[in-house]
This record gives sequence, C-alpha cells and structure tokens, in this order.
Amino acid sequence: MNSKKKFRPSSIIVAVLVVLWFLICLTPLVFLIMSTFKQQFEMMNNGVFALPEGFYLGNYKALFESGRIWRYILNSLVVLVVTLVILLSFSAFASYPLSRWKFRMNKPIHGFIVACMSIPIHITLLPLYLMSVKTGLYDSIWALIGPYVAFNLPISVFILTTFMATIPKELEEAAEIDGCGRYQMFGKVMLPLVKPGLATLVIYDGVNIWNEFSFALTLTQSAANRTLPLAVNEFQGQYTMNTPMILTVLFISILPMIIVFIFGQDKLIKGMMAGAVKG
Amino acid sequence: MQQTSLAFRRKKSIAVASTVFLFPALLVIAIFIIYPIIDSFATSAYDWNGITDKLFVGFGNWKEMFHDKVFWKAFGNNLIVMVLSICIQMPIGIALATWLDKVGRKGNVAKVIWFIPMLMSSVAIGYLFRYALDANTGFVTGLSQLFGGGRVDLLGNPGKVLLTCIFIISWQFTPFYMVYYLAGYSGLSEDVKEAAMIDGATERQYFWRVALPLLKPTIKSAVILSMVGSLKYFDLVYVLTKGGPSHASELMATYMYSMAFESHRNGYASTLACGMFILISLIAIVTMRLLNRKED
Repeated sequence: MNSKKKFRPSSIIVAVLVVLWFLICLTPLVFLIMSTFKQQFEMMNNGVFALPEGFYLGNYKALFESGRIWRYILNSLVVLVVTLVILLSFSAFASYPLSRWKFRMNKPIHGFIVACMSIPIHITLLPLYLMSVKTGLYDSIWALIGPYVAFNLPISVFILTTFMATIPKELEEAAEIDGCGRYQMFGKVMLPLVKPGLATLVIYDGVNIWNEFSFALTLTQSAANRTLPLAVNEFQGQYTMNTPMILTVLFISILPMIIVFIFGQDKLIKGMMAGAVKG
Repeated sequence: MQQTSLAFRRKKSIAVASTVFLFPALLVIAIFIIYPIIDSFATSAYDWNGITDKLFVGFGNWKEMFHDKVFWKAFGNNLIVMVLSICIQMPIGIALATWLDKVGRKGNVAKVIWFIPMLMSSVAIGYLFRYALDANTGFVTGLSQLFGGGRVDLLGNPGKVLLTCIFIISWQFTPFYMVYYLAGYSGLSEDVKEAAMIDGATERQYFWRVALPLLKPTIKSAVILSMVGSLKYFDLVYVLTKGGPSHASELMATYMYSMAFESHRNGYASTLACGMFILISLIAIVTMRLLNRKED
C-alpha cells in the first residue's frame, strides 16, 4: 500500500532495469543449461529456442564415463588446494607485521605489495614459461602453483591487513603480559581471530584460481595435465560438431563455483567490502 | 638508560620478527613477479625465436613497436574497452546495488543469479557466447530470423566485433561492481539514512545528495580497478576472436600473446609486454593522482 503512494517514474526505470538485467543475465545461462539436455543434431534441426525434446542425459553420461573429465577435475582440485594452503599462510605471515607493528619499512613494503595488483601478468608470461622449462616443471600442474600464489598475494595481503587492523590491540597486550612471545602471539591469538578473513580469502581467491586461464594455457600442454577451464578447449577438438556436449563440459566446469557462492556469498561480499571501504 | 636499551631491544626484535614474517611473501613476489619483469626488459633488447642464439638489437624492438600500427590499434582498442566498460558497468552496477540494498534479504535470489557470470571462467563465457552468437545456429541469428531478418555474424564482422566483446565483458563484470557497490552501501551507517529521512528527504534526494557522495571513495577505487582490468584484458577476447578478424578486436595482451606463442618472436613479444606494462602503470598513476587531487 505504501509503495503505491510512492509510485514515481524513477521507480519504473529501476523496475525495468531490474527485469531487463534478469533477462540479459539469464538468457545465456538458460541457453546453456537447456543445451546440455539436447542431442547433437537437435540444436541445428529445431533451432536454438526449442525446448529439449526430452530430458536427455546422454551428454552427462558420456562425459563422466569417459573418465577424462575426472582427470581435469582432479588437477583443478589439487592446484586449488595446494595454492590456497601456501597462499593463505604466506598472506597471513605478511599481513601480521604490516597491520600490527610499527617499523620503518612498513608503509613502503605494504605499498609495494599492493602496487603489484596492477601488474599485467603478460609481462611475466614468457619468462615464467622459460623458467618452467628450465626447472623441468613445464607441462605439469606444479608449474602453476608459484605464479598463482604470487599473483593472488597482493590482493590477499591487502584484504587481510584490513581485517587484522580491526582487531583491538588490548588482546595482544593482555597476551604479552601473560608472557606470550611474538611468534606464539601470531599462532595463538591472531590466527584464530582472523578466521573470518581467511574464509573470505578462500572464497575470493578460490574463484580466481579455479577459473585461471592464461598461465594454465601457457605452462601446461598435454591434456592429462590441464585444469578444468581448459577442458573445454580439449573437448572441443574431440567433439568438434557436438555443441551440446561442449556446453555440458562448460556447465560442469562452472557448477562448483556457483554452489560455493550460494553458501559463501556473505564471505565474498565481506572481502570486497574490506577493499571497497578502504579504497 | 635502562629505558632506551629496552626500547632499542624492542625495536630490534620487531625488525627481526617482521623480516621473518614478510620473507616468504616477498620471496614469492621476487621470483614470480619482479624477476620476470626484469627478464622481460632484458629480453626486449634481443631478437630471439626461442631456439637459436639471441641476437642483440639494442632498441630495435622498441623502435619497431613505436611504428607498429597493430600495437597502437590494440592500445586504442584497450582504451575503447576501458571507457565503454566504465560507462556501461558503473551506472548499472550502482543501480542494481541500490535496488538490492533497498530490498534487503528479499533480493538474495536475485543477487545470486546476477552474480553467476562473475563466477564463470572467462573461457567458459567465451565459448558460451561463441555458440550463442554463432552466425548460423546462435540465438541472435535465431532472433533475427524470427522477425524475418537474415543471419547475423557479430563476431566475424570487423565493424561490430569490438562492441560485441565489450558487451560480453560488461555481462561478465557488471556483477562484480554490483557487489562492490553493495559492499560500499553496507559500509554506510543506517543512522545516515535515518537522519536524512527524518529531515524529510525523499528516496531520490537521499540517493543523489547523501548516498552517492558518501560512495565516492568506493566509486573511485572501482573506476581504477576497472581501468587497470580493461587495459590488461585477455582471456575472453582470446577465446572469442583471438583478436580478429583482421585485428579488429586486437588488444595489447592478445597481440603480445600471439607474438610470443604463435609467431615465436620472443624478443619483440617481450618489448610489447614491457610497453604494455609501462602504459598501464602510467595511466594508473596519473588517474590515481587526478582522483585524489580532486578531494582536496
């Protein structure tokens, strides 16, 4: 009843935009999901807008039975977990002194790490490729870990220092009086308190790492060593004309992140808030 | 005396401990970011195909880059992407965030659905749109045929391909800015809105006169993020068009990539990467200076 009184042209514009954005956002996704239930020639014969003829699960079946998709999923998972463990520890280590202690190099180092955020990965692509060949890591998922950790560190340190700065000094002072040393303080006082910050990083960096493309494209080569985002590339060679099949691979590759987001959206938004408020 | 030596000891212990804590992160950055940058600048002085010996050419590659029409065209394309991205994504992002902030929890489903494009990898989005925009079986062609038109080839047409890419980039990144502004909104305190409402401000006045000015820092950092992102953009365009047809959608990064990994001109590719690095740093520094100066 209240809303009727307040009816104004501006709210019409907002309503139109909201509906329009729903359509723009959903149309490609509906197209994607619908296509995964189509058979190979259905798409060409019946046109794009036709609903699937039946609830055809052949694409999913063929995919999971072929076994190759599991390899990509496994590779992606290993890269994700190993990278996150290293990335989170290093970010937490670095953020602790930067957010809590006064020392001369504090601001320059923080500024330097944050400035690394705007470095284009492309300037490192060729040297890192050559480095991976030299060290024998080329064409293995292990070649990806270093670059992934390095390029996600700046934003992670940035987010985590903001989190740590909000924790009251008194807690540390109390622990110091109780005879807690600097290193113990980090593990016993700080880490438990920034758990929400770490959870934010898991989601925020997790999405980035899961979807990373440029390094995965240049540092791995054989199908067995590639990650899920490149699976589409690989399957495209095998099923050149089978569009529904390729779209099924695509859908499977994005599904895990959608599920993670549904459960972890607050964490993700918190992470962005840390960046947004501070500027 | 006792005091100063205690303070000194404390200072020293902080110096030691902070070195220990910062070492791993700085080491990783040194190996995987700083060394490669130096290496790229060094390689830019050579002519090198990756197999035979390097041939020293001094500033030869840099001279070539200054006269390389494709590179400057790519840079121009990057600038177009940058400007249009800001013009499209920022207003829509703010509008959607404003709506989500107003409806609160009721908007949760919308928030998740709107955010999905941001959760997809650029490759996935690239392939999805390649099929969706296919000139024969895609849905834009389907739509046009529905109304009696012919086939529409958005990605194969040099005049339309860049705009099409920008539209898809906006589809991907608008949700990011939506959530970013939403985060900015949640940083504004409820009191501010209440106070404005008590003073008799309408919703519209609240938005234009109170919320928007308070969101300024968020908008500033969003603009900088968007600019830097647009200038180093790669994945989606690489999957969609590889910079084609005839360089119409070429970006600095796609051009550099094709030089390095398709033409195998490592020296020149390194020069392009360095040029890109310098241009992005310059633009980022200048913008930050300009945006921060306005505040005073």
